[in-house]
Amino acid sequence: MANSKRISAIILIIVIATFLLSWIIKAFNLEGSPNNTGLWFSIRDAFFITIAAFLTLAIFSFLYKDNPYYKFAEHLFVGISAAYWMCVGFWSTLIGNLVPNISSSLSTFFRVPYKGLHFTYFVPLILGIILLMRLSSKRGWISRWALAWIVGTTSGLNLIRYLRTDFISQVSNTFIPLLVDWKGVGPFFSHFSLSSTGQFAMTLSNWVIFIGVFCGLIYFFFSKEHKGIFGTASRVGIWVLMITFGASFGYTVMGRVSLLVGRLTYLFRDWLGLIS
Amino acid sequence: MKLKILSIFCSLLLGIVPLAIAQENADTASVDSTAVASPAPVSQLTAVDTDNDHGHSISLKWEPSPDDGAGLKSVIGYEVYRAESPGGPFVIRAALPSGASSHIDVGAKEKESGDYMADYTDYYYKVRAITADSLVYSDSDVFGPVQCYGQWFNTGRIPVLVFVIGFMCTTILLIQKAKSGAKLFVRRLAGIEAVDEAIGRATEMGKPILYVLGLGTAADIATIASYTILGRVAKKVAEYQTRLIVPCYDPITMTVAQETVKTAYADAGRPDDYNEDMVYFVTQSQFAYVAAVNGTMLRERPATNIYMGLFYAESLILAETGALAGSIQISGTDQIAQIPFFIVACDYTLIGEELYAASAYLGREPLLLGSLKAQDYAKAAFIVLAVIGFLTINFGIDWFKQLFYISN
Repeated sequence: MANSKRISAIILIIVIATFLLSWIIKAFNLEGSPNNTGLWFSIRDAFFITIAAFLTLAIFSFLYKDNPYYKFAEHLFVGISAAYWMCVGFWSTLIGNLVPNISSSLSTFFRVPYKGLHFTYFVPLILGIILLMRLSSKRGWISRWALAWIVGTTSGLNLIRYLRTDFISQVSNTFIPLLVDWKGVGPFFSHFSLSSTGQFAMTLSNWVIFIGVFCGLIYFFFSKEHKGIFGTASRVGIWVLMITFGASFGYTVMGRVSLLVGRLTYLFRDWLGLIS
Repeated sequence: MKLKILSIFCSLLLGIVPLAIAQENADTASVDSTAVASPAPVSQLTAVDTDNDHGHSISLKWEPSPDDGAGLKSVIGYEVYRAESPGGPFVIRAALPSGASSHIDVGAKEKESGDYMADYTDYYYKVRAITADSLVYSDSDVFGPVQCYGQWFNTGRIPVLVFVIGFMCTTILLIQKAKSGAKLFVRRLAGIEAVDEAIGRATEMGKPILYVLGLGTAADIATIASYTILGRVAKKVAEYQTRLIVPCYDPITMTVAQETVKTAYADAGRPDDYNEDMVYFVTQSQFAYVAAVNGTMLRERPATNIYMGLFYAESLILAETGALAGSIQISGTDQIAQIPFFIVACDYTLIGEELYAASAYLGREPLLLGSLKAQDYAKAAFIVLAVIGFLTINFGIDWFKQLFYISN
């Protein structure tokens, strides 16, 4: 146990020494760079670059296993972000939106322009106060009213939105011709082309949409056991879904790789200066 | 000799330069003389209140100038002017390219805004046909007065109203049917059936269950569906006396989750076992939240991880870490881009609509079963309508598709 503590202490000293050295070297490098804006600025900028590199590597160290450096980065990240978002919420929602619409004196106090008395803003204010009632052990039940308001209102609003975009628009978008510009067997074969804008590709695409939508819908039908023809259609539906997910997976992974490249670029270019 | 040559050169220069300048001026004058031709003004300008809106907007139409793309071809665009009296002063409201024959003048609805456009106020409009020369233009006749005002009913959304009424009536009927004791069949959902098994496993192993509600707010449908599943999981956890961990991204989501878990513990007959620290707030920063949940997974080593709700880029990071920790993982989301990640990294995944069905499947309450059945009826209606629409469009009949047109 004592041995393990000693090893941890040695590793900690090595890490601190490495990053201190890195900070000093980076400060000298920045001092000698054409964009040099002064010694103190170089020291400050080098400090931020080194800290960012340390935190990046600390988070990456999670790939090996959970360790104190990851824990440090995690707690720092969580603490700072929680405090940051609380400040943003206070200054943008309460002071930025609420105060200018309910009180002239508070607007003057917080130095925000008063927009006049708007009674509608008292609704969220009252709901907010009701929500805070949960801190009281006796009157905590009142907070459920505010929660019911939030969940009920948004469910109602979303019902309309989903019905409009996911149902009615989707229905009308399924009204597609299965034979695009069909001019008979002869012309179809004589003008056959695999171009993505060609007649064949459009016809094939419409067939895929038609079959995919129907079989996909059948998969999401919960009132009937998936057996017989229904089961076959449902299996086609899940195949269509899986192919779609496969394509989506590849597409999204490419996006994530670009994020990794961005971070590695920071380490190798901005911190180590190994690439230009 | 040299002096003579120099004097000849100078005289030539002195003679040529004024000539060149004069010629250039003449050219400019000739260009100006063709550009200054005043274009014909636009005609038949009309302005009416914009339909199906909240007010503060007027729609204008006109016949383009005969010199726009034809005739003199001198019109390069139009400017729309508005005034509160026929004599002005007119203020420019929009600059449009040539060929334009309509414009919707939208003002702000806030009185504090400089662009405020009052309802029930007389406005006058004119449209100016402009040319390349800013001094050469022609104005239409002034049209007015016209007023804008809001409508209570958006006629362009009648299809939505019809479907909402139809859906609500079906839901109410089916809920009544379920309440009257009719047996409503719901097919087996493998992912949800695994929940009980996973809770049992956690109890046997003496390890906690991690329930992640995702990044949604209490207003998101996926989060609302997730609360029902959380309630069911919490009830089982209370019965088995296992530990539950619910890290939350959003403070309001956390409050609702706390209420859900508290109610579940009370329903299970163990209200004293409920501890508020089971459901806690982490942060509202996406990746800080992920870092914290990942740390919890590796330190607490939960036997089961359940991810139900709205997820974004964090889905794969969470599910991969859970797999690394050796937990059984059950997930469900309606975010299409994230489902693939859950499928590859979790043992069971509820795909989209299955997440909503899961709450009814688990609860077996008439209210939820009735609404689930109504959704199935809506899907059946979808299929029937799509078949009719598909047949009509293939036979060249267009009016059926028009029934589904919704304006903004």
